Amino acid sequence: MSFDASYQEKSLKSVGTRPLRPDGVDKVTGRARYGADFNMPGQLIAKVLRSPHAHAKIKSINTEKAEALKGVKAVVSASDLPDLTNGNSDLYDILDNCMARQKALYDGHAVAAVAAVDEATAREALKLIEVDYDVLAHVTDVDAAMAADAPILNDLVFTTGIEPTPTAPSNVTNRSEYGHGDIEAGFAAADEIVERSYKTGQTHQGYIEPHACVANCNPDGTADLWVCTQGHFVYRQNCADLLGLEVSKLRVTSSEIGGGFGGKTHVWTEPVALALSRKAGRPVKLIMSREEVFRASGPTSATSIDVKIGAKKDGTITAASAVLRYTCGPYAGMWAELGAMTSFACYDIENVKTIGFEVLVNRPKVAAYRAPSAPMAAFAVESAIDELADKLSLNALDMRIKNAASEGSKSSYGPVYGPIGIGPTLEASKAHAHMNAPLGENQGRGMACGFWFNFGGQTCTNININADGTATLAVGTVDVGGSRASLSLIAAEELGVNYSDIKAIIADTSSLGYNDMTDGSRGTFSSSMATVSAARNAIAVMKERAALMWDIPQEDVYWEDGHAKAAGSKYGNLAPLSVKEIAEASGNTGGPIAGHSELVADGAGVSFATHICDVEVDPEIGTTRILRYTVIQDAGKAVHPDYVEGQYQGGAAQGIGWALNEEYIYGEDGRLQNPGFLDYRIPVCSDLPMIDTQILEIPNPNHPYGVRGVGETSIVPPLAAVANAVSNAVGVRMSQVPMSPPRILEALLSKAQN
Amino acid sequence: MASSIAVSTTINGDDIEFLCKADETLLDVLRDKLGLMGAKEGCGTGDCGACSTLMDGRVVCSCLVLGAEAQGAEIETVEGLAQGSELHPLQRKFIEHAALQCGICTPGFLMAAKALLQDNPNPNEEDIRFALAGNLCRCTGYDKIVRAVQAAAQEMRGASS
Repeated sequence: MSFDASYQEKSLKSVGTRPLRPDGVDKVTGRARYGADFNMPGQLIAKVLRSPHAHAKIKSINTEKAEALKGVKAVVSASDLPDLTNGNSDLYDILDNCMARQKALYDGHAVAAVAAVDEATAREALKLIEVDYDVLAHVTDVDAAMAADAPILNDLVFTTGIEPTPTAPSNVTNRSEYGHGDIEAGFAAADEIVERSYKTGQTHQGYIEPHACVANCNPDGTADLWVCTQGHFVYRQNCADLLGLEVSKLRVTSSEIGGGFGGKTHVWTEPVALALSRKAGRPVKLIMSREEVFRASGPTSATSIDVKIGAKKDGTITAASAVLRYTCGPYAGMWAELGAMTSFACYDIENVKTIGFEVLVNRPKVAAYRAPSAPMAAFAVESAIDELADKLSLNALDMRIKNAASEGSKSSYGPVYGPIGIGPTLEASKAHAHMNAPLGENQGRGMACGFWFNFGGQTCTNININADGTATLAVGTVDVGGSRASLSLIAAEELGVNYSDIKAIIADTSSLGYNDMTDGSRGTFSSSMATVSAARNAIAVMKERAALMWDIPQEDVYWEDGHAKAAGSKYGNLAPLSVKEIAEASGNTGGPIAGHSELVADGAGVSFATHICDVEVDPEIGTTRILRYTVIQDAGKAVHPDYVEGQYQGGAAQGIGWALNEEYIYGEDGRLQNPGFLDYRIPVCSDLPMIDTQILEIPNPNHPYGVRGVGETSIVPPLAAVANAVSNAVGVRMSQVPMSPPRILEALLSKAQN
Repeated sequence: MASSIAVSTTINGDDIEFLCKADETLLDVLRDKLGLMGAKEGCGTGDCGACSTLMDGRVVCSCLVLGAEAQGAEIETVEGLAQGSELHPLQRKFIEHAALQCGICTPGFLMAAKALLQDNPNPNEEDIRFALAGNLCRCTGYDKIVRAVQAAAQEMRGASS
């Protein structure tokens, strides 16, 4: 579905406006129902027993005493989730993560679970489960895990992507490589080169709603799952595969979702809840505690990255390379590969090469986190570009503008770009008042750019035209940040009716065809494309009905401004028929009116942003305060600008937390020391200033309204923007995030000593 | 199993009686016994503020209050914020200013903001930011929340003058 330039010419009635969100009242009155807000008659409460060891062989599990406790209705361990994965290693990893089989692979790995009449009984039962562990040597640091003497997590892993394939097992599951040109020649042509190593801490998505579900397996093989998820269709498939259920018999309903950011794209406890329900013969409610969320659900990778960039005196980058090592947790991922692909995506570089290593460590399985892997790569690259500009005595913004990719540039990860926004966001930064505002003592300004691919994918949508002329829009992507509002705007625009006449819902898995995960900033992009298509199909039906009502040939009916109109002067006396009039007559013209769409939403437009950040560092105690923050990002087309701004601001805030505070801290014993919001500190209201936003609209050529995904790119620049600002404020290059007070004090101390 | 404690309290202006265990939190009572699910459990340790309710006019994390402590107290939850079908100005302004995305933190923010505006009808930005610092939001970056509270405060001052 390609961009329709005529949409830019005509004034849009709905798209681009800022109406009230349709789920607003439910959410401000406490009526919206999230994962934990649903109950079933006779439900049991489940709790999960988790490994206290980072790496241990499970010699035996004895559940007899727990099963004998009054009120306990089922206890499950790995033997209750038999391996049905049939050689599918990805699925096996999901199974093993849900319930450890031979080994516990991280502190917090599930080893058994209990369903009981209440939470207190379930907790008591956990204490009665006896697990005999053989504790093994562990490794949590990415560089240590790559060392020759590192404990090996999985003896069956031999690094792929290397010729010939190694004969010894390794914690490196894969090596990937991207780029083009001849970097050696490029570096030889450079006047100045910067080479530096960077590290980033492991962060958590930090959604405020813990994972929660209610599972119900019936004796007839049917089952229901109520769950907070970013993709109920994918959860259905995973759970059906792991439990041996028929897909059609498992109905999954996505609750309101209390934040996901990628962390709710994987099943964690849901198959366990279903297994407990199956064994107990009763519904089971399973809610993770906050501690469990931190210890056992999706953090992002910790990384170690080396960057080398060379440039001419005029700032032209002649060559760039990066080696990126990303932790995956205990299972293979493609996190470093995404880092390798995104590292230099903002720039048009003749000679570029990136290498990614996926590294297994005894930490929880890494899950996507908002533009997964891109923020760390951008932190390293954008820091190095600032340092290189410094060395060349050039303005870092001008140097970025000089090297910015544009339409026709061959990206560092392969494809040739269409119309893109990196140049315009940089130019807008240069013109922004923020860039020239005065700074005081101990203050610094930094900027950085960011890129994200954006995804499309399988999408299915229904529009039902009701008898009163209103329309119900059923979509299969989850509303994680206001997409019911944006999709209603699209439906209203296409049908030519009022926004208030559309009621958008998230359909369950039995009510709509398959939809991919709501990830990759695809919610509004993909489902709006399907909504356009469904609305046009509904309009085709309404034109047929109008022809019947008028008794004229269908080809003489056209659609304009929400009305069927008869073409030609011979029909001059036929007043246009509104959606309402056609809908009211539908019972006599062929029955219900609906539009359906199923498609693969190809062509998600790539997205770029530039951020500007001012900080003040307290040299006495090493704390950093964000004074001012500006986000400039290309949205393609902002369907509901309020929620586009919200995505920009939210991503910036998460990135600021990553830059300054947030980090998984492991002890020598391999146990997570800060699994709570007190010690894993995300930004609070008093930590931040207002976050200014500027929306640019460079239409995506592959979407009728020009829409690009907007959700993720905003978290990519902040690590580097804040690091560049702090580095400028303290006069020392910061190469590790988070830039916590001890690290800043250490940098200041080393500067004083030198 | 410990025997239950009988508690008489007032919730959103209604006299309520319930039985709870000695170790049961007010949050669990609200959610599991009284069906008031507006207060959310984000952490259970008083760090996130998603369960914020008012107890005798003061903001508390209901996950840190025992159900038995509600004896004789006046409890206000988000379910009592609107007057019938008339939304409280804070509720309206949160919607109008797009101050919620996922919305899980919203009930807690509304209650904390209500307590702030009771004490200080004309807060500046810093007052608002510090008053709401006990409530975590991971979606918005707080910008639109602060603006919504400012707008509600302005409207409420206008209404009361």
